[in-house]
Amino acid sequence: MTAFWSLVARDLRLATRAGGGALLALVFFATVATLVPLGVGADLKLLGRIAGGVLWIAAALAALLSIDRLFQNDLEDGSLDLITLGPLSLETVVFAKTLAHWLSTGLSLTLLSPVLALLFNLPERAYFALMASLALGTPAISAIGAIGASLTLSVRRGGLILPLLVMPLIVPAIIFGSGVVDAALDGRPNGALPLLAAFSVAAVLLSPFAAAAAVRANLSG
Amino acid sequence: MSLDDQRAKRTSIFEFANPKRFMDASEGAIPWLAAIAVLTVGVGLFMALFVVPPERYQGDTVRIMFVHVPAAWIGMMAYGAMAVASFFSLVNRHPLADVAARTAAPLGAVFTALALVTGSLWGRPTWNTYWAWDLRLTSFLILLFLYLGYIALWNAIEDEILAARLAAILALVGAGDLLIIKWSLEIARWLGIEANMLHQGESIFRADGPSIAPIFLWPLFLMALGYTALFLLLWVVRIRTEILERRTRVLLSREA
Repeated sequence: MTAFWSLVARDLRLATRAGGGALLALVFFATVATLVPLGVGADLKLLGRIAGGVLWIAAALAALLSIDRLFQNDLEDGSLDLITLGPLSLETVVFAKTLAHWLSTGLSLTLLSPVLALLFNLPERAYFALMASLALGTPAISAIGAIGASLTLSVRRGGLILPLLVMPLIVPAIIFGSGVVDAALDGRPNGALPLLAAFSVAAVLLSPFAAAAAVRANLSG
Repeated sequence: MSLDDQRAKRTSIFEFANPKRFMDASEGAIPWLAAIAVLTVGVGLFMALFVVPPERYQGDTVRIMFVHVPAAWIGMMAYGAMAVASFFSLVNRHPLADVAARTAAPLGAVFTALALVTGSLWGRPTWNTYWAWDLRLTSFLILLFLYLGYIALWNAIEDEILAARLAAILALVGAGDLLIIKWSLEIARWLGIEANMLHQGESIFRADGPSIAPIFLWPLFLMALGYTALFLLLWVVRIRTEILERRTRVLLSREA
């Protein structure tokens, strides 16, 4: 367990220090969200209505922004080889790195989201739904993103094709995530929340196996 | 072992066993598949255009169905074929499975795109819109993106063995996700999150028998058979081309 947590802590330190992606993701999230009212017009009623979907898409894009480096830097400087020699199975390593990625992006995006929701005039009754759906759904984004990162590990500019691979796969998270906010807006019973949780749990539990298989193929190749 | 030796050892698998048998068997199948495709599509199109009467509500636009529905079937079937081939590629490490999966993808993408285009051309006069964010339409668009991502991944990686492994993983993850996407759109509609539902429900494979008239069913059946034969024909030709290409590469690398 110590090896697991020290790997998480190491990845968190790398993400939050100079050159890491954590702060970048937050700024990107805020920037994309700012562009939307400039594009669709500043009608506060409309913005309040679409805030859930817009913030969900912006958060997903922001979380994926730095995911291509999840294994890339470690492969380049050789630390990935060292980590695989360690006591952890590759699946556990992938899980630890996914967890660190979520803590440095998904969690902080969730915490920033109410501030942006304020700018979007989101009605108060939907704030909890927005934060709860982001907290539950962004782990799935990190997990599926990890699959994409492992698949594009040996592609020279993997960041370019990674979104093409990952975006179709995260569709359920977007549907259910923004659905949770919509249901709260309309005051309907929120059936999307447990489904989002189920998708997230399945993605987090299964993706380490797919990603580890891909990393293994890359290392032996 | 030097890098060149490794590469020669890897690619030389293609000289043995199944690819050879596949080449012999498929050569005989090509003319038959071509004949079936030409005959069934020919007769099917003739019936669709001249024999079938205009439908009561849709008029002549109903004839689009005969090119649309089989394209959609093949678009899905090709992904299934690709996923099964990818499974065998991962489990058995069989090179023929890699080639089969790789070559099915562009065909599936084309049939899926064809289904989307003919569907929206049919939608304009019937639903008064080219596109709706409906369950079937959305999941088909995502299917197209999955195909494109799969093809892009194959093209981005130079090492063919590695590309095959990674693409196979992607195809299987995509297959699982495709089921979830279909299911989640259905649930979203049920929850009222997603309001639109324009596409009609299943009208052919139903427990109580097809809900459309037999006169429409016959050309549809012929067209489906023809599209399947066409898909198999193109698939076999593409697999053969790929195998020949790899053999050429092996021979060239030996000479060098």
